[in-house]
Amino acid sequence: MPAPQTTPAEQVWDWLAEVPDPEIPVVSVTELGIVRDVRYDGDTLVVAVTPTYSGCPATAVIDLMIEDKLREKGMENVRLERRLSPPWTTDWVTAEAREKLKQFGIAPPIDGTAADGMGAKAARLTGQTNLVVACPRCGSAHTERVSQFGSTPCKAAWRCKDCLEPFDYFKCI
Amino acid sequence: MSDQIAASGAPQDPFVSDAALKPAFFEWLCRMGDNALVLGHRTSEWCGHGPVLEEDIALANTALDLIGHTQMWLGLAGEVEDEGRDADKLAYLRDAFKFRNVLLVELPKGDMAVTVMREFLFDAYHHLLLSWLAENSNSPRVAEIAAKALKEVSYHLERASDLVVRLGDGTPESHRRMQDALDLLWPYTGEMFEGDALDTAVAEAGIAPQPEDLKADWEASVQEILDEATLKAPETAGFFHKGGKQGRHTEHLGYILAEMQFLQRAYPGASW
Repeated sequence: MPAPQTTPAEQVWDWLAEVPDPEIPVVSVTELGIVRDVRYDGDTLVVAVTPTYSGCPATAVIDLMIEDKLREKGMENVRLERRLSPPWTTDWVTAEAREKLKQFGIAPPIDGTAADGMGAKAARLTGQTNLVVACPRCGSAHTERVSQFGSTPCKAAWRCKDCLEPFDYFKCI
Repeated sequence: MSDQIAASGAPQDPFVSDAALKPAFFEWLCRMGDNALVLGHRTSEWCGHGPVLEEDIALANTALDLIGHTQMWLGLAGEVEDEGRDADKLAYLRDAFKFRNVLLVELPKGDMAVTVMREFLFDAYHHLLLSWLAENSNSPRVAEIAAKALKEVSYHLERASDLVVRLGDGTPESHRRMQDALDLLWPYTGEMFEGDALDTAVAEAGIAPQPEDLKADWEASVQEILDEATLKAPETAGFFHKGGKQGRHTEHLGYILAEMQFLQRAYPGASW
């Protein structure tokens, strides 16, 4: 049965909260902060989505999953918009999502530590970085970065020097 | 905010439909997109061949970011041109002489030293250019793409600078390879800072800076890293290779396109 095209935006946000990120399914697209707007244009429901990383292959899948979810809920006229500005930042990942990431074994992003083109220089000069990422398994702060890049564009590879487990860190942009 | 959003989800931008500016703006967007596309393709050639797993993943991630930037720049180029070509059509169905990338990015990937040094020399320029565009461009569409890309290019530059220092000031073998790479690539860097009439038209509209205006900052930031890396840029007496921005390429570009475009040429419109 089609849902009326007057379904309140709050209801639509709740539906979108059921759409998981395809690569990190413990968090939803709304928790990641990539759904930027829900509104009506005439009787068309418009959902504005912003990409995380510009080349992230999950972007197209996310769009498809959002559209599928809204159709499953009975919405018929749906349009997705790509919103680039302001660019997505990990600061928008909600507190609940950060807790879920940790439970899932991914160290959540630490706000204000995004690369600015100069960070590597500071790290080279001092021989260390002031970034302390706690191990999501044992909680130890005695960890080190293995690589700035990890299994997906949004993650870096780290390892814990206490429990010796490797882990992903949700890096900041 | 919301009243600035056009139906497409992008901000209103009078330059996108400015008929007088169209030829120059389109070409300039192709230069932006083609630099990202060709460097992204070269970088992706390491996928599965990196010297260590972490580098392999880093290079694949970097390539992916660059392909993402390509989609944004060439997508906008297609809108400005308004002849029904999207980013895919521009990437897969233009011949070499229609490509507008600088020669630096099309040179073969070489060894890791060439790959790292090229990325560094280009990233230092790319970071400056995108910073300018994100802050100053009169075109809201250009500014928002630049702001998005800048976040990623910032960590590209950090990674490349770090590797240039570690390998340049590393073992005798890594130092020698990095110096050889710098000697090879340096004569290709001048093209990034040489403007032509198209650059002037776009600069006069306040969309982009004059390429020359970025040169002093680029030289200063590059010199600082090269000093730290104990590397020395060769003397070229002002000579540099150029022509890519106007479509005059080295023989290497054709081989890239042969590989990149084969599928769409042989099976037009194929998708999955």
